[in-house]
Amino acid sequence: MVEIRWHSRAGQGAVTGAKGLGSVVATTGKQVQAYALYGSAKRGAAMNAYNRIDDAPITNQETKMFPDYVFVIDPALAFSDDITKNDKPDTQYIITTHLSKEDLIAQIPALQDKAERTFVVDCMQISLDTIGRAMPNTPILGAFMKISKMYELDFFLDNMKKVLAKFPQKIIDANMEAITRAYNEVK
Amino acid sequence: MAKEFELNEVEVWDGNYATSQALRQAQIDVVAAYPITPSTPIVEGYGAYVANGYVDGEFVMVESEHGAMSGCVGAAAAGGRVATATSSQGFALMAEVLYQASGMRLPIVMTVVNRALASPLNVRGDHSDMYLGRDSGWVQIDAFNAQEAYDLALCSFRIGEHLDVRLPVMMHQDGFTTSHKAQNVYPLKDDVAYKFVGDYVPVDDMLDFSRPVTHGAQTEEDWHYEHKAKQHKALMDSRTVIDEVFAEFKKLTGREYKRVETYMMEDAEVALVLLGSSVETAILAAKQLREEEGIKVGIVAPRCFRPFPYDLVREALDVPSLKAVCCMDKSAPGGAMGALFNEVSAAAYSTKSRPMMTNYIYGLGGRDFAVDEAKRIMKEQKAHADAGHITTDIQQFSGLRGPKLGFFQTRRG
Repeated sequence: MVEIRWHSRAGQGAVTGAKGLGSVVATTGKQVQAYALYGSAKRGAAMNAYNRIDDAPITNQETKMFPDYVFVIDPALAFSDDITKNDKPDTQYIITTHLSKEDLIAQIPALQDKAERTFVVDCMQISLDTIGRAMPNTPILGAFMKISKMYELDFFLDNMKKVLAKFPQKIIDANMEAITRAYNEVK
Repeated sequence: MAKEFELNEVEVWDGNYATSQALRQAQIDVVAAYPITPSTPIVEGYGAYVANGYVDGEFVMVESEHGAMSGCVGAAAAGGRVATATSSQGFALMAEVLYQASGMRLPIVMTVVNRALASPLNVRGDHSDMYLGRDSGWVQIDAFNAQEAYDLALCSFRIGEHLDVRLPVMMHQDGFTTSHKAQNVYPLKDDVAYKFVGDYVPVDDMLDFSRPVTHGAQTEEDWHYEHKAKQHKALMDSRTVIDEVFAEFKKLTGREYKRVETYMMEDAEVALVLLGSSVETAILAAKQLREEEGIKVGIVAPRCFRPFPYDLVREALDVPSLKAVCCMDKSAPGGAMGALFNEVSAAAYSTKSRPMMTNYIYGLGGRDFAVDEAKRIMKEQKAHADAGHITTDIQQFSGLRGPKLGFFQTRRG
């Protein structure tokens, strides 16, 4: 079982991102869950999305999890959210930031003993450069592919194109570029 | 002619989207609905199918849920296949018309996404609305995940419209936990799904001008009682039809449903009885506890809430090794033991094993039901079994903050 918790703001596409990841993974014969904890949340409010991935059908309907990966897709949430909640000794953190890894960790006490399992990538700048607006949900998945080695980049890109098929070609191409850049730039 | 919708063998859908797809495939004549969280995406999805040519039937926008159910009653009496969706306050506003629909024997399908009832206002899931429908004369079927919501929505048309049943059917799923959680769903192709549901066969339809009929007439004391008894008999007799429809669905898909689902009950010493998505979490907890501590836990889950499967619950609990059973109600009991506890206890009373029965209220307003908490409750049942009597209050509250709350005690085994 692989469990992922997303830290996002409502409107940044964490739910879409979690469902997109689930859709790609499901095509490979695995079982997935993608869900979020929101409701009366307003745009901009901090929220969590979640993924579970397993070979067998998943019957755990509990919301809380002890994540294997934590995605922080809004830079400020690394400072204001409890991003290391339910941490395991091998939980890995992929955080959107313009700061270097060292500068980020120096400012977040909870990460200071987790440097070797913390990774940074600037999904905000990447999405601004490629998609044209701050939409960090797809690039974070490129960074995730690099860190987790779950799938080869090309395989993931091909399947993500199918998930995004309803969008205009321009948007699809921009997302592919964003994913590829995050894959290459995550440190 | 409605366009065919291209579907993959496996889709990643949440319970709402899966339900809206099943409604589309059933080729409904009239959907009258008013959106409410968390069932809104069912109505939204269906509206999109209508707008994009995937549905031939009518979508009626109404001014309230009372209007939605009234529209359904009118359309069903006219002789069409009819469905709607709602939750919580919307369900409560429909309450008056629910009884009209069942009394007039109109096989409307309503997909209910379970949500708490105000006050305090809360959009999250518990079973308050499902329990509110308990005496309304509808068949009530409960899906525990998104795949089941899809499957059981299709089955609901077959059950309600069966000429031996002719009753409205509610198909329930848990708000957010099921309705907004995407998972692998294996849909049927459009033609296969429709062939399973079948063409609608009207009965006493008002649009048959060659044979005028009256629906919803006034009876008073001379006939009301006979009508209500007959309606109750139809609901009780629907049990065999439900079994047949589930058997046919299994033949088509390999996916098996029963009016009461049982898991690991063959050798169980303690059991949990519960409804909805929590069943899945409880199964996981029971498996873990069997491995970790060798406690023989089983799970009983009434798939069919109405007609209440008194027969099959009794059968499920008539296990010689069974000593303690905890019934878990996800609805505020309002000054009584939980309804599931009361009904299951009545069935358990007529078994040879006569297990000790306790009641937990849990998950109100969407409070998370944790695997660890399920295990704690199971271990508590084992403590009752070992002591030979109930060692706690009979009614307790799971996951509640503040001082411990409990009611009624007994020293009897």
